[in-house]
Amino acid sequence: MKHEFIEKNVGLLAIFIVIAISLGGLAQIVPLMFQKETNEPVDTLRPYTALEMEGRDIYIREGCSNCHSQMIRPFRSETERYGHYSVAGEGVWEHPFLWGSKRTGPDLARVGERYSDAWHEVHLLNPRDVVPQSNMPAYPWLADNVLTGEDTARKLSIFKNNFGVPYTDQDIAGAKEAVQGKTEMQALIAYLQSLGHAFR
Amino acid sequence: MSIFWTIWITVITLIVIIGCAVLLRITSKNNTGVEEGQPMPHTFDGIQELNNPLPKWWTGLFWFTIVIGLLYTFAFPSYTANWNGLLDWTSSEQSVMSKEESAKLAETSHSQYQREMNAAEEKYGAVFKKLAYDENGVYKDIALIAQDPEAVKVGQRLFLQNCAQCHGSDARGSTGFPNLADNDWLYGGEPQAIKDSIMHGRQGIMAAWKDILGEQGIKETAAYVLKLSGRRVNAIEAQAGEERFVMCAACHGADGTGSHALGAPNLTNKIWLYGGSRKAVEDSIRNGRSGVMPAWSEILGEDKIHVISAFVYSLSQEK
Repeated sequence: MKHEFIEKNVGLLAIFIVIAISLGGLAQIVPLMFQKETNEPVDTLRPYTALEMEGRDIYIREGCSNCHSQMIRPFRSETERYGHYSVAGEGVWEHPFLWGSKRTGPDLARVGERYSDAWHEVHLLNPRDVVPQSNMPAYPWLADNVLTGEDTARKLSIFKNNFGVPYTDQDIAGAKEAVQGKTEMQALIAYLQSLGHAFR
Repeated sequence: MSIFWTIWITVITLIVIIGCAVLLRITSKNNTGVEEGQPMPHTFDGIQELNNPLPKWWTGLFWFTIVIGLLYTFAFPSYTANWNGLLDWTSSEQSVMSKEESAKLAETSHSQYQREMNAAEEKYGAVFKKLAYDENGVYKDIALIAQDPEAVKVGQRLFLQNCAQCHGSDARGSTGFPNLADNDWLYGGEPQAIKDSIMHGRQGIMAAWKDILGEQGIKETAAYVLKLSGRRVNAIEAQAGEERFVMCAACHGADGTGSHALGAPNLTNKIWLYGGSRKAVEDSIRNGRSGVMPAWSEILGEDKIHVISAFVYSLSQEK
């Protein structure tokens, strides 16, 4: 094929460019989709409860992952502070994953059970009450907003049917009842306390 | 990883690297039929192209990256998951299925992470051991460590990193989070009690009394509780509250001095975990309280907790 021919056919040039730049992904990314380490949950991983699942959605809604990562890298400087480094098998049921890439605040991958529920409540209502130098915003409305549980069952069944998370039929049937009447604060705290449970 | 993926990765990688080399070789030669430096036989919008060769420095760098790229794939884990490359390098044990498996692998692993941990252990391990252990390898008495300024400093660092979020950077706590520097203890201030609190955590539960006492009962009981700590209150209310206090005595003791075994606060001093205003005391009685100290043995390990305990113990010894 003449070089001039490729240069003068923009469509063909685009096709060749796509092929060229996808080669790296084909070798580096595609095999991971079929690898045990990245697809199988670690032994102690359990699905989020209905309340934790709602809390996770609040975590997403409030943009917590803009300032908090959930990814402990394998460096001593991180594991001394946060605990065991994160492994892929812990995140196989995360859709979307919330690893984040910015740490204005500390990493939260293993924050669960580090502080009491009461601490989290005080901290979310006004972080300065317990950490005077904190620049985290306050989230007072979480204590006022009450969950209806309208979509909770659907959320769980989406995770079950599309992502293979082993929810039982009882989990899904009882989902609405489990969250109805709970505040967003309770849901978010339940979620935070569950973080990192697999390697605790 | 199956043999299929090994072949898949190997073929694609080698095609890319060798393909780059072949392409570079072809384009380095003049196969246009036009002499170097002369105009090419086409013009675009009146712009003429000269047949200039690729710059030498550029092709040189390109060849360099091709060689480095090839060396890299053999030096580091690349073509197959079961092979760590000629340098036998791996970042960390990513395929562990549990914390226990990870701990077991740590003894033999030579991942970059484990080497970093081992180097730190070699450098600081002995220093730290000297703070917490005596020459026979037994834990030193916490009260003794508390007199070692070096150890107390280390304990303080650990405290600031892990405990200050609740107890404050000065260890004086805040509403709902105990002050550790006032020598008033919920679960006892003996060195071993402090260490137990940190190792295994504590769960303090004060029941809610609103259904049993009613609003009038709460008011009267609060009056008596405030009187216990020396406040001036309505004598009639306090009198009625004293009769109700028999129920409280189960945990707080007949004299209201509390119980370390149950984590029941002493009500006769002026130290109030949840506030000492009339309203706060009534709230405590009405709705109850629950205080949770998380368990740290799994997170920090006993060695560090031993030194932190010494720091915490030292806070109430200075006075």
